[in-house]
Amino acid sequence: MKPPAFEYLAATSLEQAVAALADDEAKVLAGGQSLVPMLNFRLLAPSILVDITRIPGLDFVEGDGDGGLRIGALTRHYTLETSALVQTDFPVLSAAMNHVAHLAIRNRGTIGGSLCHGDPAAELPGLALLLNAQLKTTQRTIAATDFFASALSTILAEDEILTEITLPALPPRTGWGFEEFARRSGDFALAAVGATVSLSGEEVSEARIVVIGAHDTPLRLSAAEALLTSRSGIAAAAKAAQDQVSPSDDLHGSADYRRHLVGVLTRRALTAAWQRAEGSAP
Amino acid sequence: MRYLEAGKRHSVTFSLNGRAVEGEAEPRLLLSDFLRQTLGASGTHVGCEHGSCGACTVRIDGKAVRSCLLYAVQVEGRAVTTVEGLAGADGLNPLQAAMRKHHGLQCGFCTPGILMSLSQLYDEEPEADEARIRDVLSGHICRCTGYHGIVQAALDVFGRN
Repeated sequence: MKPPAFEYLAATSLEQAVAALADDEAKVLAGGQSLVPMLNFRLLAPSILVDITRIPGLDFVEGDGDGGLRIGALTRHYTLETSALVQTDFPVLSAAMNHVAHLAIRNRGTIGGSLCHGDPAAELPGLALLLNAQLKTTQRTIAATDFFASALSTILAEDEILTEITLPALPPRTGWGFEEFARRSGDFALAAVGATVSLSGEEVSEARIVVIGAHDTPLRLSAAEALLTSRSGIAAAAKAAQDQVSPSDDLHGSADYRRHLVGVLTRRALTAAWQRAEGSAP
Repeated sequence: MRYLEAGKRHSVTFSLNGRAVEGEAEPRLLLSDFLRQTLGASGTHVGCEHGSCGACTVRIDGKAVRSCLLYAVQVEGRAVTTVEGLAGADGLNPLQAAMRKHHGLQCGFCTPGILMSLSQLYDEEPEADEARIRDVLSGHICRCTGYHGIVQAALDVFGRN
């Protein structure tokens, strides 16, 4: 299993990398944990790989001073998973990162790489959607809701590089839940659901539900979110989530099975989020 | 900026188990093949070659990574540790010795990769419990042991402190 021949450029600045991407058969190489297997299988044959991992200043996790987070695109999954700041301010992100493949993959894979690869069954694209991420590139800032075009495809231009992800602060009294089902630990999700519930007094001020692995992009389930006006609305929201997705069959699970999973996982994620929001669970 | 032409061999220099090494590699040569075939360091095993089985795991700058998902040219100037770098002058390191004692291997194909992941875990979380050890082992496929002996070996070492 050997990749096809390619030129290799280790860029040391974004300008160099962007210039090299003018070649329309060029590919950005970051952690390479999805790209290199595809090359090993010869599913891709780029003319040149532009290695951006030696560009300084793109590997950081910082608070924005307002309860939000700024994450450099070259931050490794493992760094995010183990960041004390993430564990405190965005525990749903730490919990989801634990489902990303395995230690050796998380040591090497990057946040920006996972987002740009845009696998609909991967955790990070779904989390970007759940946390209202803004994605800063060499050309513009894109809302996560606009970023994913279809399976393995984003709206990025050929010579555009993702540089930073910002997560706005969650509202006060926000609880979270993340539930994933995969056949084996570390496999891609058959389905996963991330949810947040924010309470204001006895009222739900905001509920967010994202489903992963049941559509050609991660999906925000707004119809289900709207049904969550009280704790007793969880069952109805879970049913709506199940009805709103139209997953496809593959050898790992039928469409019906995946739809069923989405309902169950939504109920569990919302229940956990609710308990955390009202302070009855850690 | 370092530009390397396709289809030609280029000099690659890095540290392997504390020793400076040099060899020539095309950009597309995987680190796993460079280690085994160019440098003759065949302790690192090659299984699936697409990042699923964990057999080729090595450590780069201390972090366990799949050497089949890296090109040799990418590790220029880095510090690579392989299973050959684990034993000290006085013999097997504690993890290796525990693997032998607890029958943590039969055919031994997966063992080098498992040792590299467990050695990162031991350096960073020497108090890791069985659940955490099993989580890390989930990145490795072993078809002989059923994992029980491997877990026992790890628990023997991780529980000593």
